[in-house]
Amino acid sequence: MSENPIYVARNSAIAARALAGEMMVMNSADSTFFTLNEVATVIFQAADGRTPLREIVRDRVCKQFEVDLAEAEADAEQLVSELSQHGILITSNQPLPSETSR
Amino acid sequence: MPTPRKTACVEIGGIPIGLLTDSDHFFNLLCKRYHGFLSSSRPEFEFEFDLIPAGPASDEEARVRREGDDWILERGDFHVRCDLRHGRGVVRQSANLYSLDSVLRLVHSLILAQRGGFLLHAASAICQLPGSSVNDRAFLFSGVSGAGKTTMTRLAPEDVTLLTDEISYVRPNAGSYAAFGTPFAGELAKPGENRSAPVAALFFLEKGLENRVEELPSAEAVRRLMRNILFFAEDQRLVEALFATACDFVARIPVRRLTFYPDGRVWDEIREFNEVAEHV
Repeated sequence: MSENPIYVARNSAIAARALAGEMMVMNSADSTFFTLNEVATVIFQAADGRTPLREIVRDRVCKQFEVDLAEAEADAEQLVSELSQHGILITSNQPLPSETSR
Repeated sequence: MPTPRKTACVEIGGIPIGLLTDSDHFFNLLCKRYHGFLSSSRPEFEFEFDLIPAGPASDEEARVRREGDDWILERGDFHVRCDLRHGRGVVRQSANLYSLDSVLRLVHSLILAQRGGFLLHAASAICQLPGSSVNDRAFLFSGVSGAGKTTMTRLAPEDVTLLTDEISYVRPNAGSYAAFGTPFAGELAKPGENRSAPVAALFFLEKGLENRVEELPSAEAVRRLMRNILFFAEDQRLVEALFATACDFVARIPVRRLTFYPDGRVWDEIREFNEVAEHV
């Protein structure tokens, strides 16, 4: 994982609903629709803009899924990058408001 | 001396909308077009018509946006400004019922989005089910153009009541959802009956060589439902409300993929599905 902390926040244009154990998110700006897997759901729910991604992975992902920290960090960074490209999460090296406009 | 205005109250989905015009010709057209949906209820909304000379037909997509407290609905053949909170609006269009149908659909789509309902690209029909805990149940049949919405309604047995072959009207009702008939017709060119019933199931149609009902994962059901809901407003809050409604609908109502061979036996499959659902 990169040396600088990565902060993640939910895009304020995203609406999310859990249904039948799946987290569905929709970008209300363009009505694109995604289903998050379990790890993405944990990160999405924890993306408060204040907690560094590293802490989210260590305290939530690794505990829930019993995965190796280094591997989980690399996967999380990749995942956050993809969610960010789809406009679901916003990332920054500085803390962010929990819901941020893109 | 000014011509007195006449009001035709058109009640679709239990929502009475007054259409006010000083044109006898347009009033008569309205009454004929919405014959089965005229109501003596007090209108919840009133739309005044400013009739203009007919222009070229428009096949462009409607645009719906907010301007302060007002909604602006516009297409090449109409312009509407309305304040839904106060139940008033002005429609500028020619005396063209095609335009008016579009206006009414847009207005209802906005009202429904605020009330937890939606208009869906779907045929719907009420099936009488004697012996069931609820005698009349509505079934919705959605899908892309050509998937078989009109075919399903054409194949319906005599005791099935057509609510629409084109645009289904769905509202929350008693902890579930009810479907209402609409005058909005598709290829069948026949308005639906002005009736309603609790929704038993939503089927996404696909034509095939046999009749088969299959489960759809919830996420896929929501995705398909959202894709087929009629909604044009550029409004984040309402889009989010619709998304919440779609998720709630999928949580409460069976949503299935129905592959069907286009003959009357598909309706046996529908009845059978309902009987099984009743006993689960």
